[in-house]
Amino acid sequence: MAGLINDFLNWLLSWVGGSVAHESLAGYVLAGLVHVALILVLVATSALIFIWLERKISGRIQDRLGPTRVGGKFGWLQTLADGLKLLTKEDLLPGGADGMLFKIAPYISFCASIGAFIAIPFAGGHYPWIAQHLNVGVFFVLAVLGLEVFGVILAGYASASKWSLFGAMREAAQVVSYEVPLGMCVVVPVLIAGSMDLVVIGDRQAGLFTNWLVFHDPFTFITFWVYFTCATASVNRAPFDLAEAESELVAGFHTEYSGLRWSFFFMAEYGSMFSVSILAAILFLGGWHGPIPITGSLGLTAENGPFLGYLGQLLGLGNVLLKGTIGVCVMIWIRWTLPRLRIDQVMATCLKYCTPIAAVMFLGATYWHYRFPEKVFFGLADAPAAVYDVNEGWAGDEPAAAFDESQLVLNPTTKETL
Amino acid sequence: MFELPLANLLTEPVGVAHYVTVGAIMFVCGVLCMATKRNALGILMGIELVLNGANLNFIAFGSPYLRSDANSLGLDGQLIALFVIVLAAAEAAVALAIALNFYNNYGTIDVDRADQLQG
Amino acid sequence: MDSIYWPSFFFFFFGILACVFAVGVLVSRNIVRMAFYLVLSLAATSGLFFLAGAEFVGAMQLMIYVGGTMVLLVFGVMLTSQERFVDMKTWAGDWVKAFLAGGALLFVLIYAAFSVPAWRGIERAEAEALPVAQTATPLGMGLVGARVDKLDPAVEAPRDGMSGYLLPFEIVSVHLLVVLVGAAYLARAKRKITARIE
Repeated sequence: MAGLINDFLNWLLSWVGGSVAHESLAGYVLAGLVHVALILVLVATSALIFIWLERKISGRIQDRLGPTRVGGKFGWLQTLADGLKLLTKEDLLPGGADGMLFKIAPYISFCASIGAFIAIPFAGGHYPWIAQHLNVGVFFVLAVLGLEVFGVILAGYASASKWSLFGAMREAAQVVSYEVPLGMCVVVPVLIAGSMDLVVIGDRQAGLFTNWLVFHDPFTFITFWVYFTCATASVNRAPFDLAEAESELVAGFHTEYSGLRWSFFFMAEYGSMFSVSILAAILFLGGWHGPIPITGSLGLTAENGPFLGYLGQLLGLGNVLLKGTIGVCVMIWIRWTLPRLRIDQVMATCLKYCTPIAAVMFLGATYWHYRFPEKVFFGLADAPAAVYDVNEGWAGDEPAAAFDESQLVLNPTTKETL
Repeated sequence: MFELPLANLLTEPVGVAHYVTVGAIMFVCGVLCMATKRNALGILMGIELVLNGANLNFIAFGSPYLRSDANSLGLDGQLIALFVIVLAAAEAAVALAIALNFYNNYGTIDVDRADQLQG
Repeated sequence: MDSIYWPSFFFFFFGILACVFAVGVLVSRNIVRMAFYLVLSLAATSGLFFLAGAEFVGAMQLMIYVGGTMVLLVFGVMLTSQERFVDMKTWAGDWVKAFLAGGALLFVLIYAAFSVPAWRGIERAEAEALPVAQTATPLGMGLVGARVDKLDPAVEAPRDGMSGYLLPFEIVSVHLLVVLVGAAYLARAKRKITARIE
């Protein structure tokens, strides 16, 4: 993309007689900025929409209407109005607070929450729509999501208030404990697809919805529900939200935050909810592949030209966003239906239920995949032809160079070879 | 004296020596932390810095982008770094348990107060 | 002038961050700030790992070191610093001795690092021609005993040391279990003895 931007700049500058090298600085910086802007726009807009969605859904569950005044009958500009109000609030700093840590804590949470989107693909194929195509995408996303707890701890400590500190410690213990079953649940689709690359896992599920990994075997089916539970606990949503429990801790770790700083925490929370939902969609629910493969039959593939290929990828993006939104709606639905768990119940759920179930499901899925490696949909259909084979790379690429034995130096001092 | 390759730092690929320098700085900071801090947890942070400096060295010696000779460490560097990370986490857990015990018994985390065995 | 080689630029970015925050850990006097600077230093080190092609180790550094060990450390800090912002000063003499020894060590290490010509770096054309290394699968296979990155050559001599890391993997697993049990036992809730009055 940097090359394209540089060529475009060259064309622009040619009108005034200047020029820019093909590998110049401007292209790289602009390409990076474009990626950053796309991700920020996605996360911020999704946070806006989800906050409105939460108020509407919670209203309907509680037999009332939710916002109905700002922006027409459905109140969809309500979040914008709330954002404007938050921007104009007074910026407080508590008396005994550690100034630097207090100010930087919301940004850490926000950065960790958005950083997870760097490695998440929104459309796949040979040129996936992904900001950085990592070989270890799944691992990276999990690792960065686990960093969000730092913002919480620092916020709780730096607020110089015991309610904040208690809330922060509880939340840190909860998030760190739930990373264990979360990781084990994530390993199951990784082992079925054979790679930690999210594009490969998504492309493994091409075709009919019977290829989706959630229907691969009964163990993976149960793993999906355990993953969803652990993901809900990991982003501190009810029924696991005692870090922000209004009835017990005032507002938990963000008691002393107001205005724009508080809204960063809020955006971080909705961003994390969205990213774990999209991760669930890619790992288990087919990602950018819809239930019925129509991109091939409609001719929206890359072989038919770049514009049609772009439309096909756009359809994939729509699929991913739709599945992520459904996941977030389910989390909202659960929040307003189930009562809150106590901290000892939360820890018991993690250590006594989620972790053993995840471990048993891991064993079962390993055995099933060993016994029936080419079957999908509970063993009733055959797997699609792999797009990416772990040993051979992408289908259609040349094989990697074989190991050259003349390169092997036996003794660096005498330089003797085979 | 040896020549410092400063002229083309940003246009040429960095080598193992640059990684080893960063690792050395982290290592020395860690050693100084262990030597000068009175807080037991500060000493533990020094240990973490030392282990990170060593990890940087291992990764640098095993990276194909930094060395071109065929007998570089290869994946061994990364595997050893993996084991170092895991063992460092285990050692941090035990060290924290010891520090908590010390705090509960002495009421302070200052290691200069632990002089009961001093001759 | 040649165009900037971006991996070098990012190496200096992450490297300078890691060093600055490591020095910050050393000179800071507030224990929570020390923990914070250490987190940032370790995160910058993880960036350096990604740049060197060790993506799996970089992600593992973020998850285990930053996400796990540092959270543990911060918990420890909060449990043991009941007096807010307690400040334990080191004597000036200690600082002087430490800086002398540390400075000498640093000089020796950097001199040694730059004195090997092969360690100065490879040619730019060669670096740009290198393929992106896929290290996750060979790492995993190495941990279960099969070194797929060093397939058996015909000669016996280099075959030594080519077995995988299965035994260390198992030993580390048992070690972690032992540490888990030991640390939980050591840190169990006990009757608290009040501070000695000297």
